[in-house]
Amino acid sequence: MSTPRVVTTDHLFEDRLYRAGVKSVGIGTFVLLVAIGAFLLLKSWPAFARHGVISFLTTTGFTTLGHHPSFGVAALLYWSVVIAVVAVVVGVPVAVGTALFISEFAPRRLRAVLVTLIDMLAVVPSVIFGLWGFYMLQPNLVGFARFLSVHLSFIPVFSVHSSVYSSSAFIAGVLVGIMIVPIVCSVAREIFSLAPLGEREGALALGATKATVIRSVVMPFARRGLAGSVMLGLGRALGETVAVAIIVSPSFIISPHILQQGGASIAAFIALRFGTGGQLGSAALLGAGLVLFVFTLVVNLGASVIVNRSVGGRRA
Amino acid sequence: MRRESGAAPAALEEPAPVPAPAPLRTVTTASGLVADGVSAWFSGRLVIESVSLEMEASKVTALIGPSGCGKSTFLRILNRMHEVTPGAELAGRVLLDGEDIYGPEMRPTETRRRIAMVFQKPNPFPAMTVEDNVLSGLKFSGKRPRGKEKDDLVEEMLTRAGLFSEVKARLKTLGGELSGGQQQRLCIARALAVRPSVLLMDEPCSALDPSSTRRIEETMREIAEEVTVVVVTHNMQQAQRVSDYCALFLAGENAPGRIVEKGSTKDIFENPKDERTSDYVHGRFG
Ligand SMILES: Nc1ncnc2c1ncn2[C@@H]1O[C@H](COP(=O)(O)OP(=O)(O)OP(=O)(O)O)[C@@H](O)[C@H]1O
Ligand SMILES: [Mg+2]
Repeated sequence: MSTPRVVTTDHLFEDRLYRAGVKSVGIGTFVLLVAIGAFLLLKSWPAFARHGVISFLTTTGFTTLGHHPSFGVAALLYWSVVIAVVAVVVGVPVAVGTALFISEFAPRRLRAVLVTLIDMLAVVPSVIFGLWGFYMLQPNLVGFARFLSVHLSFIPVFSVHSSVYSSSAFIAGVLVGIMIVPIVCSVAREIFSLAPLGEREGALALGATKATVIRSVVMPFARRGLAGSVMLGLGRALGETVAVAIIVSPSFIISPHILQQGGASIAAFIALRFGTGGQLGSAALLGAGLVLFVFTLVVNLGASVIVNRSVGGRRA
Repeated sequence: MRRESGAAPAALEEPAPVPAPAPLRTVTTASGLVADGVSAWFSGRLVIESVSLEMEASKVTALIGPSGCGKSTFLRILNRMHEVTPGAELAGRVLLDGEDIYGPEMRPTETRRRIAMVFQKPNPFPAMTVEDNVLSGLKFSGKRPRGKEKDDLVEEMLTRAGLFSEVKARLKTLGGELSGGQQQRLCIARALAVRPSVLLMDEPCSALDPSSTRRIEETMREIAEEVTVVVVTHNMQQAQRVSDYCALFLAGENAPGRIVEKGSTKDIFENPKDERTSDYVHGRFG
């Protein structure tokens, strides 16, 4: 009887060297991530220790001054998510639509121009977006926000309790939505361009129109990858700091009224408050940072798992 | 009815009478297809030059020739798939029952429905069920057969493609889960379901085992009654077995592909006029 043995080509010196190099870079990245997490945990421990982790996660006040400092990130996390969701709702359709136009309809020359333009959008510093949002976008969106609140107030998120429409989570969300268009668009474009030519031609040869090819070949192929790109955009939006800080005026009330003044986000709040509130205050901010760090990590991890599975893996 | 191979295009305008086989509902009539002075370019490079060929209704025409001589390109010109490739251009006319498919009033989607195509590489829709794959062409044109009508249609098309007995218990499994040969026959069923009058096949058996190949060759013979078949093949035995007419394409070193000889399959194989034809069909080059 024969015994099975492992057959491998991996013993070649070059292969091993290459593998060691790649491996160490990969491990290095992971170590860095863990180190950041550990650092945040260590530095923020005093704040967690004060009222406990549960309280930190579930309460809403955040005062570092006075005799009774108290910390809770619930409202900050809530508004972070609200802004990110508004961003995705606004940004993803634009990004996916643009990607579809570029990959399916645009003539070759226009395609190159559009791709360059959108890539350039990605390198605009976020503080510039923030300023633009404050001076240009906000004045133009306030009227639209009022319109929504007047005509669609039966939907809870469009109802308001005050008549100040500026500096709202909605406006911040729209701004961040514009900011995530480039990343979502380029991922979506990549996925669309991978839709198998054979299936596209198969559909065309059966008398399908372009729209039908998109509906019955491109979209089924891209569905999972698109979900991943949405998560990627969500991750980006959650971490967006400066632009949000410029727009919103922080509030600690959890409410569904996204159109009125208020809202906040962990990232923006840290940027606004950093360096105030002494040692304990810093610890609390670092704690908030840790919450954001873990939350975005989970979202991005989910995104990459989904994207990899749809692009790399064989489909049924 | 038999016709001379050299019949004028005008003769094709009268539809060929079709003997209807009892169990199969037949609504199609085979159409004649005539290529008239067809040339093709990719990004400015001429790849086939003034090819004229008559593909007679209710007959199987085989296109043979070495790799790269423009057989696929020619085939794709016959149902307006050529223009799908960026940078592709063409000249000449293609007449379907005497009507130019590149004429201004012809819709490419409608033309492709009448002149169906089976590709070299099986390309079923992997996320659709076997049944939905068969019905996909009808769905694309807004028709959705239901109930018994649908079941009958699916069974008929799969039977004609020689696949029904293998998949009748798995009509709801995904098209991508079939074997390569089964997928190819599914693509044939899918193409037949739109009831085309011409079926173009680009090396349909190149990925198939001998028994699937035989099954598909039988199918070609069977459907030729009501569908004109044009098939590209590298297999000389296959060309001899299935085709009524043959056309040999050749391309020079730096010259575009042309038809060297065309005629009845019997003549091409047993009595070729051109020396290159006899060299090619006897495997002496290409
Ligand atoms: N999409 C394309 N872009 C540019 N050139 C092309 C394209 N498709 C085909 N060609 C060129 O056109 C010529 C004919 O190609 P075609 O695919 O028609 O050959 P073929 O006879 O079908 O060959 P095979 O038997 O290998 O399938 C070749 O020189 C090929 O390089
Ligand atoms: Mg070919």
